[in-house]
This record gives sequence, C-alpha cells and structure tokens, in this order.
Amino acid sequence: MSDRTVQTGIKAAEDASGYWTANIRIIVISLIIWALVSFGFGILLRPMLSGISVGGTDLGFWFAQQGSILVFLALIFFYAWRMNKLDREYGVEED
Amino acid sequence: MDQFTLNLLFVGASFALYIGIAIWARAGSTSEFYAAGRGVHPVTNGMATAADWMSAASFISMAGLIAFTGYDNSSFLMGWTGGYVLLALLLAPYLRKFGKFTVSEFIGDRFYSPTARLVAVICLIVASTTYVIGQMTGVGVAFGRFLEISNTSGLLIGACVVFAYAVFGGMKGVTYTQVAQYVVLIMAYTIPAVFISLQLTGTPIPALGLFSETTATGGEGSVYLLTKLDQIVTDLGFASYTEAHKDNLNMVLFTLSLMIGTAGLPHVIMRFFTVPKVSDARWSAGWALVFIALLYLTAPAVGAMARLNITELMWPNGTNGEAVSVEQIESDARYDWMATWQKTGLLDWEDKNGDGRIQYYNDKSDAMAEKAAANGWEGNELTNFNRDILVLANPEIASLPGWVIGLVAAGGLAAALSTAAGLLLAISSAVSHDLLKGQLTPDMSEKAELMSARIAMAVAIGVATILGLNPPGFAAQTVALAFGLAAASIFPALMMGIFSKRVNNVGAVSGMLAGLGFTLIYIFLHKGWLFIAGTNSFPDTVDGSLFGIQSTAIGAVGALINFAVAYGVSLATKDTPQEIKDLVESVRVPAGAGVAVDH
Repeated sequence: MSDRTVQTGIKAAEDASGYWTANIRIIVISLIIWALVSFGFGILLRPMLSGISVGGTDLGFWFAQQGSILVFLALIFFYAWRMNKLDREYGVEED
Repeated sequence: MDQFTLNLLFVGASFALYIGIAIWARAGSTSEFYAAGRGVHPVTNGMATAADWMSAASFISMAGLIAFTGYDNSSFLMGWTGGYVLLALLLAPYLRKFGKFTVSEFIGDRFYSPTARLVAVICLIVASTTYVIGQMTGVGVAFGRFLEISNTSGLLIGACVVFAYAVFGGMKGVTYTQVAQYVVLIMAYTIPAVFISLQLTGTPIPALGLFSETTATGGEGSVYLLTKLDQIVTDLGFASYTEAHKDNLNMVLFTLSLMIGTAGLPHVIMRFFTVPKVSDARWSAGWALVFIALLYLTAPAVGAMARLNITELMWPNGTNGEAVSVEQIESDARYDWMATWQKTGLLDWEDKNGDGRIQYYNDKSDAMAEKAAANGWEGNELTNFNRDILVLANPEIASLPGWVIGLVAAGGLAAALSTAAGLLLAISSAVSHDLLKGQLTPDMSEKAELMSARIAMAVAIGVATILGLNPPGFAAQTVALAFGLAAASIFPALMMGIFSKRVNNVGAVSGMLAGLGFTLIYIFLHKGWLFIAGTNSFPDTVDGSLFGIQSTAIGAVGALINFAVAYGVSLATKDTPQEIKDLVESVRVPAGAGVAVDH
C-alpha cells in the first residue's frame, strides 16, 4: 500500500465524519426550530405571546393551527436544499 | 335531480375515473405496478403520498373534532404535519439509500436478526389494524349518509367495497390513480370551504377567513369570526373556542405521539423507498407536505365556520333570543340536513320540555343551570351530534348547491377507501411475504403466498369491521391510537438503526417489545381489552387515567421507553459486528445509491 492511498483513505474517513457532523448540526438546528414553533409557541409559550393579537385571537393560537405547518414546510425545503449542497461540497452526491 | 341521485352520480363518476386511470396506466407498464414512484417526478410522488396519507381521519373526522373543542385539538394539525419534518430529516433519505422495499426488511438487516424482522412485522400489523378500525368508522359514516341508511348498514356495505377495492389491488400501486384521488379529495374539501368562507367573511381563502372579520349577521358592527364564535359558544355554556382547556403535558405528549407515529407508519415510509434518488427522497417529503398542508390549513377554518353555522341555525334569533322551533326544523329547507342525518343515527334531537323549540346548550355547565331553570329548559335538546358527520354535513348546513354535496361525498369515500385499501395491502404483504414466506414457510409457492395474502386481508377487514361497529372513539381518535402504537415501536428502531452504530440485535428487539407492550397495555387498560367496551380498568379521562396521561398521548412515552431499553440493553450486550457498522456508514452518505431492489 503506497503512502498516497493511505492518505486518501484517511482523508476519506475524515470527510465522511465531517459530512456526518455537519449533517447532525443542520438536523439539530432544524429540530430546535421545529419544537419551538409547535411545542413552544403553539403550546407551552402561548401565555407569553398572548399580548400579540392576530385576527380575533392571539399569536399562539395561530401558531398552533397554521403557523407551525408553514414553518414545517419551510424547514423541509431548507433541509433538502442545504443537504444537496452539502453532498456536493463533500463530493458524496449521487451520479 | 334529487340529492341522492346526484351523490350517486358523483361517487360513480369518481370511481370510473380511478378505474379508468388504473387500466390506462397498467397497460403502459406493468413493472411500475410494484414500484410506484420510481421514475416519477418528486412533485407527482408528493401528491400521490398525500392521497395515500390523508384518510378518513383527516378528511371526515379531524375538522369535526376541532370544531367541537377548538384550540385543544390543534394537536391533530401540528402532529400530522410535524411528523413529516421527522420523516424528511431523520428517516427518508437513509432508508432510500438502503434500497429495499419494506420497513421490516431494513430492521431485519440492520439488526442482523430474523427475530427483529418478526417483531417489526408484528408491530406493523398491530398499528395498521388499529388504523383500519378508524378508517372503517369513517367509511360507515360516509356510506351511511350517501346511501341514506343506518351507520351500521353503511359500515357493512363499506367493508365489502373496501375488500373488493383492496383485492383489485391495482388502485394502490398506480401513482396516477392516487394523483386523481388527491385532486378529487382536495377539491371536495376546499370548494365548500371557499363558499362558506365567502359567506361568512367575504374572504375566498378559508385559511385567511378564519382570522378575518365576519360579515354575517350579529348586529353591533364588525367583529372577528373567532371573537364572535368565542362569544356565542360561551353564551351557551360551552368552553371557549380559542382558549386552552387541556393540561400542557397531555397536549405536548399527544402532539408528539402523532408526530413520531407519522414517521413510523409503514405505508407512508414505503413511498420514500422507491423515489429515483436520495436527493429526491428529501424533496418528496416536502412536496407531500405541500399537498397535505392545503387540506390542513383549511381544516381549522372548516371546523370554526361549521361550529358558527350550526350554533346560529339552532339559535336563529341570537343566543339570547328564542331557540329554533321544531316546526321550522321540519319545514325550512335550511334544516333539511338534520332529517337526512337523523336516518344514519348519528344526529338526533328531542323536545324534552315540550315547548316546541330545540334548545342547544351545555347542560353540564353550572353557569347554565340557572338560566335553564329560569327558562324551563330540561337539558340539551340537540341530543346527539356525532363529530364525524361534521365535514360531510358541512355543505348542507351552509345550504350550498347539490353538486357540492355530491362532490364532498365522493371526496370522503376517496379518502377512506384509498387509505383503508393501502393499509390492508400493507397488512397482507406483511403476513404473507414477511411472516410466512420470510420466516415460517420459506419454500411456499407463489400461488400459496397470494392466497395467504387474500386470507390475511379478509381476516383484517373482518376484525376491523367488528371493532368498527363499536369503535373506541371517533375516526380520528382511533387513528390517533394507531399512531401511538407506531410511535412506540417502529420509529425508534428505525432512527437508532441509522443514528447509532452501537444499538444491536438484542437491544432493538427488547426496545420494540417494551415500547409496543407498554403502549398497547396502557391503551387496553383505558379503552378496554381489544377495544371491547366495558373491559377497561381505568376511565379514559385525564383525571382517571393511570399516570394522568390519556391513552391517545401515551405513544410518546412508549417511544421514550423503547429508546431507553434498546440503548441500555445494547450497552450491556455484545457490540455490533464490523459489517453492520459499515452498513450504517454506507446508509449515511447518498453516494452509490443504486436502484431500489426487490427482495
């Protein structure tokens, strides 16, 4: 085994773990937002948002019935876009 | 043309459309029959997934549950959409990379154990069967109404139609049929909502109408629709629409159960196995949610507006005026829907105090007792209003034209039949393919496999019909139990299979058994063993329940137990072999994903 193949092997292993770490980071950030809008604004933090009124009720009600769904949509499309970019950065995309 | 003929025409035409498309698409290519979705654009696949996913629970039942409880049932809205985020971020791309067709195959391979595969199959069968019970409830309501017969007869006829539909089978596999079903379903849901939103708020988009000022009668200037609704329901002693009345713990756990369950149900996950590429699996989940959101953003508006319409019909002179008279209900065309629905046994009223008027109010409210006594009311006289009829009755309640009512009947049936048939196919393939051929009798013939699949289907629908006659709840509540079961068993195993290299065969099996066992026993303790009424040990209320957690919300706790047991047992037992670690590594990167292969 030449030095060069050993180095490429190490490089590939580092890349693979770097790619996975970056992926986990994006997932964690996305899930924090996911939980914040639904369990947070929609349920637990609703009393804190009660001062902000929206169409005859408060912001928490809007998040529980509509807002969180819109944020979920944005999150999934953001993740798809960001991960497809990350695939190319690390050269692990499909052919 | 009378309403009955019109309904028949719409239902018949929509069925002819699905069958026509199935035949046309089948003639094009038979190989696509099994691998629906491969070579199909993510947008098309997303639409088909949405049709597959939105069942009687979403279409028929959900808005009714929201209408009669308001904010507290927002859990359905957040839960059944938020699960797609988990699916897109934590499962779909990796399962696609793995490249097999069934969930139990992934679990069997990743946990290098036929036992794990067997346990996964059992979990899938339990969750899917519970799900079908909920669908049958919805099917009974839809058939009962549109054939104008009792709910029970409707359920029995519906069961026969679902069975024929599932055996015909082609419906499920052909993506374009599902696209047609989606189009029928979403039109049937949104068109009446647009009409009603225009009537009540002048806004053509129901989702915006919900938060708009109402143009309906009410006297003192313009008020927001929700403000007005809050006021009239509290006038009648009901809980306010927009405030929270459920404790946070139950609401959070219930929402979480629905989210995790969404990402653990086999018939949804399966769709992501067969998209052309890993990157497409990511986009597909997003497109599916776009099409689902069209219904889910409309549903809360449907619920609130229907509640307002019903209350105003029962109190045509305002909540402080005289209630509607029996004579008016019998003669006024705007009340015709009440007589029609009375035939199904799901709606009823009775003039208890004999004053010739029907007083609709909350007779359990202490505040109302005084007012009732002063006016000589002897209890709520709208004695039965099944939540599951609300969406189907909605266009009639709002006096919309006959063709809209026919369209809604067709949409409700499309939603219930497509999902019920899809679930029956999932159950039958689990029994015949994964259980019998994969485990018990590996050398069984193709013909015997097909026969056992049909028998499994017949047994499943038989069980679901019997239990559907006395369902453990309204359609969406029963379906919520199925989600709890899927959440506690399948999702944790899939997620740990991808995100941990340490969780091994023993751990996964113990985790799934602990999660499923705990959740199932907890549900049976509160809902009755095998859902048979009266055999429950604890009342199914927050206060009476074992841990202060409702049975519909327990799935999230079951999932936590599954995670904890699986991880603990894995740490105490032998590490996973190197080839499994390599398998996990390869699943994590998209490169090298081949075409999904058949087993």
